[in-house]
Amino acid sequence: MSDQSAPTPPPKRNFLQSLEVDTRLLGMIGAFFVVCIIFNILTDGRFLTPRNIFNLTIQTVSVAIMATGMVFVIVTRHIDLSVGALLATCTAVMGMTQTQWLPNLMGLELGHPMIPWITIAVGLCTGAVIGAAQGWLIGYQAIPAFIVTLGGLLVWRNVGWWLTDGATIGPLDQTFVLFGGISGTLGAFWSWIIGAAATVACLLAIWSGRSTKTKHGFPVKPMWAELSIMGVVVAAILGFVAVLNSYTVPSRVIARDPGLFGCETADGCVAAYGLPYSVLVLITVAIVMTVIALRTRLGRYIFATGGNPDAAELSGINTRLLTVKIFAMVGVLSALAGIVASARLGYHTNDIGTLDELRVIAAAVIGGTALSGGVGTIYGAIIGALIMQSLQSGMAMVGVDAPYQNIVVGAVLVAAVWIDIQYRKRVGAKS
Amino acid sequence: MSTPLVEMKNVSIAFGGVRAVDDVSIELHAGEVVGLLGHNGAGKSTLIKMLSGAYKMDSGEIWIEGNRATINSPRDSRDYNIETIYQTLALADNLDAASNLFLGRELTTPLGFVDDSTMEAETRKIMARLNPNFKKLKEPVSALSGGQRQSVAIARAVYFNAKILIMDEPTAALGVHETAMVAELIGELKKQGLGIFLISHDTREMMELCDRVSVMKNGKMIGTERVEDVTEDDILSMIILGKNPKSAA
Repeated sequence: MSDQSAPTPPPKRNFLQSLEVDTRLLGMIGAFFVVCIIFNILTDGRFLTPRNIFNLTIQTVSVAIMATGMVFVIVTRHIDLSVGALLATCTAVMGMTQTQWLPNLMGLELGHPMIPWITIAVGLCTGAVIGAAQGWLIGYQAIPAFIVTLGGLLVWRNVGWWLTDGATIGPLDQTFVLFGGISGTLGAFWSWIIGAAATVACLLAIWSGRSTKTKHGFPVKPMWAELSIMGVVVAAILGFVAVLNSYTVPSRVIARDPGLFGCETADGCVAAYGLPYSVLVLITVAIVMTVIALRTRLGRYIFATGGNPDAAELSGINTRLLTVKIFAMVGVLSALAGIVASARLGYHTNDIGTLDELRVIAAAVIGGTALSGGVGTIYGAIIGALIMQSLQSGMAMVGVDAPYQNIVVGAVLVAAVWIDIQYRKRVGAKS
Repeated sequence: MSTPLVEMKNVSIAFGGVRAVDDVSIELHAGEVVGLLGHNGAGKSTLIKMLSGAYKMDSGEIWIEGNRATINSPRDSRDYNIETIYQTLALADNLDAASNLFLGRELTTPLGFVDDSTMEAETRKIMARLNPNFKKLKEPVSALSGGQRQSVAIARAVYFNAKILIMDEPTAALGVHETAMVAELIGELKKQGLGIFLISHDTREMMELCDRVSVMKNGKMIGTERVEDVTEDDILSMIILGKNPKSAA
């Protein structure tokens, strides 16, 4: 056995090893940049404009929110084919709640300030209950997740249809639609405030991580590596805010209601959109899900169950209840994605979220989640969603025909997984 | 003699029509190693899994330190300070040593988050005692050698101050050096007053490590003897013929 050999000198570390950055993360970000640069060249510089980056961001939010939940599902060796249909049922319930049930049955007049919040609560509960029910069938009744959610795909897509008689429901509440993207943004000032707060929080987190390690006497990375990572983080956060802030509101929009943008008159008024609320929702979801994955028992049990279900059970983990929790989480996230998706459209439509389940699974898988279980990251899934959306809208901008678009996306999905497998072979990790 | 640490009385379990363990009784005292021998399928592992909570017995009683115990799940078993090292090691291959050591019993910060740094520090401490060559604390256990994986599984059992230790084929996957290490560890734990159930196929090894050996065949207990009172041949004939030569005489 090799572990009996004489003590080895500390291994030489190259640049990347000193930084202790996940090389897969770097690979994904690299792939994302390559995609962006190629499209930017093909579109004569129209792809990497503040306006397009803004649009790309808000188009990604809905799928990205669900993809973070899909990571937990796939990590525990399950699959969820029902997220798009679940989204449709949740938006149908929310559409009916705000336009019909609350005004007609509860007597709240349209535009009442409580309507959006009651609607959101009802939607999230609907998602949680349906998700938990599917999780119960999978965990306690041992029906394969593929079957339960394949059934769910048919059931929930059509429950949504039945609830609304197939009609488009809208217009949605004025406050509710703020979660959709362009109609609800922070503006330049508050975007900078949020950006600054996020920067400080990240720096503190990195610093406290380092001091905890020092306290226990663990090896820490060299100071220059720590500082360069901090530098990259600061540049990324502030750069993102700067880009979104440089997308200014068109003058004809300001002319409609200058007061909204803090101006007396439309003449000479310049206002930026800044961070959309929907992106803040996604960032919050990403942080919460990452904390769950890395810092809570729940997350630890999810990954342990994915790595070895028998070992998890023998360690006293209730893997059945765990399954219910995971699918309930996905249900809530589908409802949340439904809020963003329907708010972006301003309506609930019968085909909302169609094929989203495949986009969500693809995003998680491109982001490095292994279908064999036990491996996956939240940030990976979000970058995966971004790559998918960039490909799709980039091709649309270039003017690629619809069938070719899907052919390319499909091929990219398979290629991404193949590259991931090759990578894992090379670093010697078991998939 | 003092109250036994563990007493399993008339324990039975059946899977479908097969009586995997049929009316078996066995006891274990503090500071004692009891070996379980028998062919594959004799019911050794099944018997022990009822004590570790992996299976629920159909009938019979378990007494621990003179009190009737109810064990319905692995968690119950742990609450009685019973720790088990499974033949398969029961490790989550994708997690590192510290996460496996504390799996199901994570240390948490006052806010309820898992405290990885403290767990890693504790893991370093116990590993320094059990296997000083163990250095790969950050790697998933899938990247470890058989001996290193075994030491993680043993560390998990030892760390939580077990009173009763169950070891199912602890040396089956190990080289000579690691086998000697496990033997040494068993001796040390015995001195500390733990009771140990040991399952193995290796009769000679069992004669060296155990105080008493019990032989099972086809789900039935053939007999339990002190190792001084029997020869290896006696044990072998119990395993093969299913008869206790001493009681038959």
